[in-house]
Amino acid sequence: MSGSNPLAILFFFVFIALTLVITYWAAKRTKTTEHFYAAGHGVTGFQNGLALAGDYMSAASFLGIAGLVALNGFDGLIYSTGWLVGWPIILFLIAEPLRNLGKYTFSDVVAYRLQQRPVRIAAVIGTMAVVLTYLIAQMVGAGTLVKLLFNLDYTLAVIIVGIVMMTYVLFGGMLATTWVQIIKACLLLGGAVVLAVLVLAQFGFNPMALFAKAAELNGKQVLEPGTKVVTGAWDAVSLGLALMFGTAGLPHILMRFYTVPDAKQARISVVWATIWIGGFYLITFVLGFGAMVLVGMKEVVGAGGGGNMAAPLLANAVGGSAFFGFICAVAFATILAVVAGLTLSGAAALSHDIWVNVVKGGQASEREQLQVARVAAVILGVCAIVLGIVFQGQNIAYMVGLTFSIAASANFPALIMAIFWRRFTTWGAVTAIVLGTVSTLVLLYCGPTIQVDILKNDIAEVSKQWWYFPLKNPCIITMTLSFLSGIVVSLLMPEPAAEAGFAEVERRAILGALAELGPPATKPAPAE
Amino acid sequence: MSTTDPIHAIATKRWTIALILSVLMLVIYLGFILLVAFGKGLLSILLTQGLSLGILLGALTIVSCWILSLIYVFWANRSYDAAVAQAIAQAVARTTTPAGRKP
Repeated sequence: MSGSNPLAILFFFVFIALTLVITYWAAKRTKTTEHFYAAGHGVTGFQNGLALAGDYMSAASFLGIAGLVALNGFDGLIYSTGWLVGWPIILFLIAEPLRNLGKYTFSDVVAYRLQQRPVRIAAVIGTMAVVLTYLIAQMVGAGTLVKLLFNLDYTLAVIIVGIVMMTYVLFGGMLATTWVQIIKACLLLGGAVVLAVLVLAQFGFNPMALFAKAAELNGKQVLEPGTKVVTGAWDAVSLGLALMFGTAGLPHILMRFYTVPDAKQARISVVWATIWIGGFYLITFVLGFGAMVLVGMKEVVGAGGGGNMAAPLLANAVGGSAFFGFICAVAFATILAVVAGLTLSGAAALSHDIWVNVVKGGQASEREQLQVARVAAVILGVCAIVLGIVFQGQNIAYMVGLTFSIAASANFPALIMAIFWRRFTTWGAVTAIVLGTVSTLVLLYCGPTIQVDILKNDIAEVSKQWWYFPLKNPCIITMTLSFLSGIVVSLLMPEPAAEAGFAEVERRAILGALAELGPPATKPAPAE
Repeated sequence: MSTTDPIHAIATKRWTIALILSVLMLVIYLGFILLVAFGKGLLSILLTQGLSLGILLGALTIVSCWILSLIYVFWANRSYDAAVAQAIAQAVARTTTPAGRKP
């Protein structure tokens, strides 16, 4: 699209104004760390479900999948399913124990019965690796998109996104971030439904008629598995594992479970999130094929952005320029909500885990904790802007896969073993997280993604090297390595204190604050 | 801790159900991915005009996420929550009785 769309800019300013009013309202209520990190535990399960959907559905899910399907047909749908299957895993294994055992970060749960310092430092390495790679992907995506949608300069776009996001986090904390995510989720779901209805109206409300038309225009291979997205069986399985278990290791998603009052509300919030996100991904089937038929593959490619313009162009085709402007503003809101969640979780790791629990040994005043958290948020916001500018024009498509791979290979194994395995130890946790993170980075560097796609080495040449790793996504190896190393180290160096603490972990994972009631604990129940 | 501890029994039960449902999810999704990688011929079969088996199974994978989540929630809301509430009531009864606060 050449030239700015005034309506898009109008919608965008309305969104910014509304969210800043919310931030002002939230700032007046954010007086303690409880509010800053966890919105005072006052968010309902239904609201948190929407906020989780808003935190999770990035521009990659909306614009990316629509573009992938519009250009590749069926193959794009592999991502639609992959990005949902992690949610039931969170529901079954993570959400409730996490809410009961932790306070603000997932490190609280891993470190619960282990030695605080080494475990927290390791967990922050895992957290920051995920947060920074995901921030790079989102910021570069933001700059490119805003340039396409609003015709703004790339650097200016990245700076605007960074400053607005920092304003939400810095002043409004988790309360403002939650409501930004809820509004974004409603706009995104509403916009996608209207778009899908407008598309289906042209096909007698029969999705099959739309798919048939796509096959008629572009050949029946658009309805069949191709070779572009899935290149080999092991790559497919590895990518599948990363998407499935990576979701359960994303710090900004895990942190949202502390915003609800109890474990039951945490459970309800995952179910709502699964319903919204799944519904949205089903709609992407229609949006992708709709763009393929009503906009056309050539036009989607011609608009630039590697297919990302498919959904906005589709909006233009079925709803005119007003709807185009609305969808552009929704895409922008999408990015803002995700980066705000990421920044907040990074700030929590730096201040709550590192400053309070490692540097100050758990002793810090509320005032000091809040100050440190806000300084950390500013540092991360500036980092996000700088990284966004540094990585301009780089091929960052692999960054999202990398994020999920690190989350699945570092954070997820440590979290699962801390909750469910009696004999897990401090050094087992440290090894699992550090080895998971480092091996993911090393194998990705030695694999085709970096060596062939980024460094443009000749595949025939590079694949003869002894260090060459043939998979695009290393998760199948690195996640196994993380689990195995955690188990071996724990068994070789037993930690009686950690094993003795497991009974309390088990109690608290089920009872939460009520675990202080009754035997075997003898303490009176605190008024929590 | 003694093996008769009700909380330990609840934890074991919850862990078993969570593990079974997680494995089901893994089998469904990896099954779908492996079919995409190896079963191209099968997934390309057109069931009706415009609907290939691949698209149908993709949609069913999403629906299966909903179904498995709802199974867990129905079990948790009925059986699990009730068992936990009962364990808490017992614990409270045991701690308050020796204090002798009876009217």
